[in-house]
Amino acid sequence: MTWRMSDEALETLGQTVVAGSAGLIDGFSVAFGELTVTARVGVIVEVLTYLRDDPALRFHQLIDICGVDYPQRPQRFDVVYHLLSMVKNHRIRVKIQTDEDTPVASVVGVHPGAEWFERETFDMFGVFFSGHPDLRRLLTDYGFHGYPLRKDFPMSGYVEVRYDDELKRVVYEPVKAVEFRNWDFLSPWEGADYALPGDEKAETAK
Amino acid sequence: MTLAHDLVPASDTVAHTEETPVRKFSLNFGPQHPAAHGVLRLILELDGELVERVDPHIGLLHRGTEKLIEARPYTQNTPYFDRLDYVAPMNQEHAFVIAIERMIGLEVPIRGQLIRVLYCEIGRILNHLLNITTQAMDVGALTPICWGFEEREKLMVFYERASGARMHANYFRPGGVRQDLPDALVDDIERWCGTFPKLLDDIETLITGNRIFKQRNVDIGVVSKDEALAWGFTGVMLRGAGVAWDLRRNQPYECYDELEFDIPLGLNSDCYDRYLCRMEEMRQSVRIMRQCIERLRKTPGLVLSDDHKVSPPRRGEMKRSMEALIHHFKLYSEGFHVPAGEVYAAVEAPKGEFGVYLVADGTNKPYRCKIRAPSFAHLSAMDWMNRGHMLADVSAVLGSLDIVFGEIDR
Repeated sequence: MTWRMSDEALETLGQTVVAGSAGLIDGFSVAFGELTVTARVGVIVEVLTYLRDDPALRFHQLIDICGVDYPQRPQRFDVVYHLLSMVKNHRIRVKIQTDEDTPVASVVGVHPGAEWFERETFDMFGVFFSGHPDLRRLLTDYGFHGYPLRKDFPMSGYVEVRYDDELKRVVYEPVKAVEFRNWDFLSPWEGADYALPGDEKAETAK
Repeated sequence: MTLAHDLVPASDTVAHTEETPVRKFSLNFGPQHPAAHGVLRLILELDGELVERVDPHIGLLHRGTEKLIEARPYTQNTPYFDRLDYVAPMNQEHAFVIAIERMIGLEVPIRGQLIRVLYCEIGRILNHLLNITTQAMDVGALTPICWGFEEREKLMVFYERASGARMHANYFRPGGVRQDLPDALVDDIERWCGTFPKLLDDIETLITGNRIFKQRNVDIGVVSKDEALAWGFTGVMLRGAGVAWDLRRNQPYECYDELEFDIPLGLNSDCYDRYLCRMEEMRQSVRIMRQCIERLRKTPGLVLSDDHKVSPPRRGEMKRSMEALIHHFKLYSEGFHVPAGEVYAAVEAPKGEFGVYLVADGTNKPYRCKIRAPSFAHLSAMDWMNRGHMLADVSAVLGSLDIVFGEIDR
């Protein structure tokens, strides 16, 4: 595991990234041996260009773009970019926040491989990418409505398809299946605070 | 096609030969086509026989895996990873369990690591055997696929003897593997390692020097180094272009840094070089497997972490101990909790970098699990790779991309 950097080395790298970004990158954090930087939604193209072209960083490969949905936040979506530098053998994660209406600037101009990743994020979360050459749905059915990976989208969806033998074609119908069984197994197995009667005296005595 | 000018008298045709009218086609390829490697639909725009634009329509195998994963405890999600790239199932599981292990901070016992590496290399051979032989079939050779599938069948029997399932193994666990391998199985895998290189030689005599195979693949689908990097290529697609990058070597996980193997690189970055890379990778995989087998014999011990917050009690214990039974019940109903945070774990799957981006919120289920499939990035390059090629080259390029729709559509 020699390539895996220590947390101190990652801290140093994070400070270098933030210092050299001329205010583009807001901050960084190190967790589980990985470096995450955060930026504002408007400057993502500049951030990725900087990370790609800076001779000390060279994050020239875009590994992945994906969304994460936090419906309780006003800026409900995280858009997460994973970058890899084969020259320096580092990985970095760039996170920006956006909502349903604010478009994210497309990074196709920086990394041409971003095209499908952005289409997928649009398809699954409804995040808009401005300046994308061809922002169509990618994975869902033709004429699909809704954004399946949002947390408020039901597991079994809204429509189901079957072949109708009388009409001799495939028909779309509202879902009739029972709601997906989502068992709640969470229990206070550990970390529960059982207050036994009389114990509070022991606490106060300390 | 019959056009009006075909019917004009012979004396006039001389003037018309200069401007032969070429009709532009829009051709629908797939979704059910033997060369589509699954359920790919391509809309090809052709100028005569030249490809002008390729528009892949994917998602016909979309099952919402990432959504389903969000609704289940961690251990119940491993089987979904078998069903992504169903050609090499255990390599996918590997990325997922590594992500969990990194978040919990689990150590895998060395014997567990060796078994994982052994089966990941079996998965690599499973994948490359399928890819090479179907690529040969796409350009017209039928015999290699029969020979290759016979060996794949033997490998799947090894899967079955370890896990109980030929393909969808669900064998890897956070902290190790489900159970130990019997000695007889290890012996049989070693015996297979002895016979398999002979078969590789035989397949090479069929394909490598074959005139038709070379005509169809040499200088087809050329990807330069810079293009491969810009389009996010990984795995053989990148090594075929001469970039020495292999996660097993550059960012080693498990015990890959203790094993000896070489990484073949391509020179011309065409379909033929990628084929040669895959052939050599199989030989290297056999080499890794031999080392694993040798070390497995010398290292008895646990195959699953003894951290009982995560690993369940053995079945024999459960028959006698009430506590073990309760423990088992809790682990298989509630499951274990993973600390809040996010992690990206990548492995060198046979097709390239397979990554899992896991966001945990501290409960027993993942908050978000993004699967980074290598063939997704490769297929997105279909359009520019094919521009200017002939229609017949589309299937050759597609074959060398090594795509499986289970992981593209997810």
